Amino acid sequence: MIRFEHIVKRLAGRNVLDDLSFEIHPGEIFVIVGPSGTGKSVTLKHMVQLLRPTSGTVWVGKESISTAEGQALERLRGRFGYLFQGGALLGWLTVAQNVALPLQQKTSLDEAEIARRVQEALEMVDLWHAAEQYPAEISGGMQKRAGLARAIVQRPEIVLYDEPTSGLDPVTARTIDRLIQHLNRDLGVTSVVVTHDMQGALTIGHRVAMLHGGRFVEVAAPAAFAASRCPEVQQFLEAQHITRENFFRK
Amino acid sequence: MITREPFEYPDSAGYFQRLYLATQEGLAEVGRAVLLGVRALRELPDLRRPKARAEFLRQLYICGIESLPVITVVALFTGMILAFQTGIELRRYNQEVYIGSAVMVSMLREMAPFITGLILGACVGSAMAAQLGTMKVNDEIAALEIMSINPVRFLVTPRLAAMMVMTPILSFYTCMLGSLGGAVIGMTQLNVPWEQYMSAGLEFARPKDLFVGLFKALVYGIIITTVSCNEGLTTTQGAVGVGEATRRAVIISFLLVLVVGYFVTRFFY
Ligand SMILES: Nc1ncnc2c1ncn2[C@@H]1O[C@H](COP(=O)(O)OP(=O)(O)OP(=O)(O)O)[C@@H](O)[C@H]1O
Ligand SMILES: [Mg+2]
Repeated sequence: MIRFEHIVKRLAGRNVLDDLSFEIHPGEIFVIVGPSGTGKSVTLKHMVQLLRPTSGTVWVGKESISTAEGQALERLRGRFGYLFQGGALLGWLTVAQNVALPLQQKTSLDEAEIARRVQEALEMVDLWHAAEQYPAEISGGMQKRAGLARAIVQRPEIVLYDEPTSGLDPVTARTIDRLIQHLNRDLGVTSVVVTHDMQGALTIGHRVAMLHGGRFVEVAAPAAFAASRCPEVQQFLEAQHITRENFFRK
Repeated sequence: MITREPFEYPDSAGYFQRLYLATQEGLAEVGRAVLLGVRALRELPDLRRPKARAEFLRQLYICGIESLPVITVVALFTGMILAFQTGIELRRYNQEVYIGSAVMVSMLREMAPFITGLILGACVGSAMAAQLGTMKVNDEIAALEIMSINPVRFLVTPRLAAMMVMTPILSFYTCMLGSLGGAVIGMTQLNVPWEQYMSAGLEFARPKDLFVGLFKALVYGIIITTVSCNEGLTTTQGAVGVGEATRRAVIISFLLVLVVGYFVTRFFY
């Protein structure tokens, strides 16, 4: 569904992505892990042309999104929901207004229907009680959940999650993991999740990929990933106290 | 589109090639700013939508009402200084009755739009650049793009429209208050009664002065908004970048207000 073809991305004088190729299948939860600053967010941004590759092509279905423009780009982007790392809510709108924004601006739904959908999305992320508050008045974790509500309110086919659970308490983090699984299973949402949280990655991912040095050093199903011989992966797992044994015991 | 990356020189570039590339990039930036202004102007009809109008009203309030206190003080004192200085000179020839015309004409033609331009550039332009710059580095602009909400229509057009309405009004207001300040100095310091002050002023001030002054203010409004929004939307590199964008927005606005003001004057007089 999303295919990277020999993507090179040069930023600030170095190749952040260096000949990266992979494919994400429809209906899959694809998890990308990796140390800070390796280009996970940059990878996600290529999927919706917030960045353009220095060379190579990003395909969405049969269309190249990295070269799309105008109407075609708008239509392709319309298939995506995007949760930004910092939430990216508009400061002068309340949480509810932020979530309603894409519906108000881009659809012809009436007010009542919009209100209903907004409530539904906010209840999914357990934030209905804060609907009338402004982003500056709520915590970082709540902002992130509000950003998530906005990403899914249009019911997109594909949702890109940039660190959906970082900065959340463990209980809320698991709730968000379950929400991602629910959207995937029950609504068939193809999901790309960037995270540092290995526990979550191995639980929800259908495939997990490790980004290092501009490429995936490992792409595998969770069980195989946890058993990987690749030194970067082992280091990453050990740092979060996940060993082969305790992963399989679960 | 609007999301851009910092400009980079190829590693191999020599001195002259860098100079050439820097010039090219500078011109391209000017081109992009002009294009942004044109795009924002073309989207003006969008303000007929009720949802867009709410944002427009909010911007009217921000650039009109919130800069009113500063403008009031500056206008009043500029008129007073103008009256005082010309009054001292005119008194040497016993002509101080003419301070009315000196104050009003210079206010109408130059000072009022100029002051309005500088103050709005400093108060409103800087705020626009800082706000849009912060939105840029927080990925909020990117979020709008993903939702296919055109950032120019959504953010720049309401600001532009508000400034186009407010700069002429504030310029007129500045003119009135400046003249009032002049009259106060005339009455209290120079023994020029109100009637004489006004009649001298109205004798020399022509409608053309008023209209050219208002037109100039309108042009300043467009320039300040375009420059500030462009700086904001092209911010890179976090909080430092926001500071830099704000600084550049104010400096470029000031310079353009001066330079363009001269050419508009040249054109009409
Ligand atoms: N707009 C940009 N301009 C210049 N350099 C950039 C830009 N965006 C990202 N980079 C660089 O690309 C690299 C990867 O950044 P990215 O944000 O993708 O990291 P990340 O893997 O998401 O890290 P984190 O886990 O901290 O979010 C960083 O070294 C960063 O300096
Ligand atoms: Mg990131």
